[in-house]
Amino acid sequence: MSSIKERAALVEKAAEKMNKGVSHPENLVKNAASRMELQKESPKLATLEEAIRRSGLKDGMTISFHHHFRGGDKVVNLVVAKLAEMGFKNLHLAASSLSDVHAPLIQHIENGVITKISTSGLRGELANRISRGLMEEPVVFRSHGGRGSAIAAGDLHIDVAFLGASSSDPLGNACGYSRSENAKSICGSLGYALPDAQYADKVVILTDDLVAYPNTPNSISERQVDYVVEVDSVGDSSKISSGAIRDSKNPRDILLAQKAAKVIINSGYFKDGFSIQTGTGGASLAAVKYIRQSMIDRGIKASFALGGITAHMVKLHEEGLIDRLIDVQSFDKVAAESLKNDIMHKEVSANEYASADEPGSAVHYLDIVILSALEVDTKFNVNVLVGSDGIIRGAIGGHPDTAADSALSIIVCPLLRGRIPCVVDEVTTLITPGSSVDVIVTEYGIAVNPRRPELAERLRQAGLDVTDINILKEKARSIIGDASPLPFGDKVVGVVMNRDGNVMDVIKNIND
Amino acid sequence: MKFKESFAGTLESGDILVRLLPSDKPGLTINLESTVAYQFGSQIKSVIKETLENLGIESAVVDVTDKGALDCTIRARVTAAAVRATGKDVWAD
Repeated sequence: MSSIKERAALVEKAAEKMNKGVSHPENLVKNAASRMELQKESPKLATLEEAIRRSGLKDGMTISFHHHFRGGDKVVNLVVAKLAEMGFKNLHLAASSLSDVHAPLIQHIENGVITKISTSGLRGELANRISRGLMEEPVVFRSHGGRGSAIAAGDLHIDVAFLGASSSDPLGNACGYSRSENAKSICGSLGYALPDAQYADKVVILTDDLVAYPNTPNSISERQVDYVVEVDSVGDSSKISSGAIRDSKNPRDILLAQKAAKVIINSGYFKDGFSIQTGTGGASLAAVKYIRQSMIDRGIKASFALGGITAHMVKLHEEGLIDRLIDVQSFDKVAAESLKNDIMHKEVSANEYASADEPGSAVHYLDIVILSALEVDTKFNVNVLVGSDGIIRGAIGGHPDTAADSALSIIVCPLLRGRIPCVVDEVTTLITPGSSVDVIVTEYGIAVNPRRPELAERLRQAGLDVTDINILKEKARSIIGDASPLPFGDKVVGVVMNRDGNVMDVIKNIND
Repeated sequence: MKFKESFAGTLESGDILVRLLPSDKPGLTINLESTVAYQFGSQIKSVIKETLENLGIESAVVDVTDKGALDCTIRARVTAAAVRATGKDVWAD
């Protein structure tokens, strides 16, 4: 005979031995509220100001943001304005990227609210002012894979992440889309926010559609979320395909796209089961359209498309020409909707996408990437960040990650943009090293990196106009003449990190 | 030589908008605004000056808004503005 009462002494003894207390479950009082009602009282629900206070944010700490709403983002300006109002100073703003819409940050930099920035890119007036020396501390630029690695390795420690989501339940299960009828926004993949959600000390979800629990399938788990803040709008979805992305009708872009498609088809990598990624330039996006017919004609299917998923890629997937879509960032609404509705369209984090440290990151198994460039030089180095006028005007994005880890990297760029040469002696800023760039496609000819003689031979055999990179550079110079040197100052306004966490280049200020 | 205010060109990317005005003092006054002023400002000014001097225009105010035009485009637009300013059709000769 053994009863609970009889075992009490043994329970006490066991507890003592394990250095634990004795449980008194009879003291439990059940909450009898309907769970539909109870979730409205979630301890995570807060106003933005409460969430900031309760997060323990202090002057000098690091806050982070994602850029999935691109030019339509409303979260950065909203949160930083609130932080300024609350009197915070000396904060480090670590965004996955920043764009034209973030010009209001200028006043917060001038007022000392933000004193340090880490990002993939800068555009517009903010970029202009920073290039001219607005900040004391240089901006730290990382690739998307490099940022994921830096967060995972602790190089970039985030104290509080403020992550916009198109839906969240009161516990923080959050997505870049909403399945409710009150959906206000959609950005698709939250890939660049996932490292922040995983590694930040505190995570605040801002959402413009607070839905009932459980908001599954979820992209960010409630386990990683500390506070949920309902706001009017996290972003204008109509602007996610603004900025770098254009569906080009420009005849030169179309010519470049057709040439790039020929390079792909004759590269030796265009075989059943291949994988592909395209960058954001008009010509690199359009190249997908021109390989489609060859895929059909030859019965070739791709195993996956990576990126930066666009409506073009979704179409090929839906036609059965691409098995899987691996999506770190949805580049338009069609892609965002597809991510929401198609189980074969998978959302991945920046680390799973492009981390150099992770053997399983998708870029390692990428055959072909088509990228754009502001400038390439005769050593095949590429610049996608700083304009030929010395002003920051772009973003590193996944450029160096995909170029380094793919089997074949193709840069598509015109020889000239107006009077700006795109093939030069030396790039203004080193972003993607020439050792990782294989082919440069221009309207005046195709240059193949001398490290890849077999590739040059295949393209020549196929009758493509393979030429020397120095001939392209001379051609550009003969048309536009010699540029005067830029009026660089002595202040370092930007530091470019390599994806391995080391410093690769610096950007100097421009004097007027 | 008669000389009236004239325009040629557009503000499209890769083009240049040239405005010629009569000047009461000798020489060319070139006011250049250009997207590539840092790198090519002096070259653009010398192409404009050379083109006008070849057309026998030695006194004028030239207001120029350049959107990255190549030299051939600059010559064509400046020449067109000069023809409109003077009424002398240099292409007819």
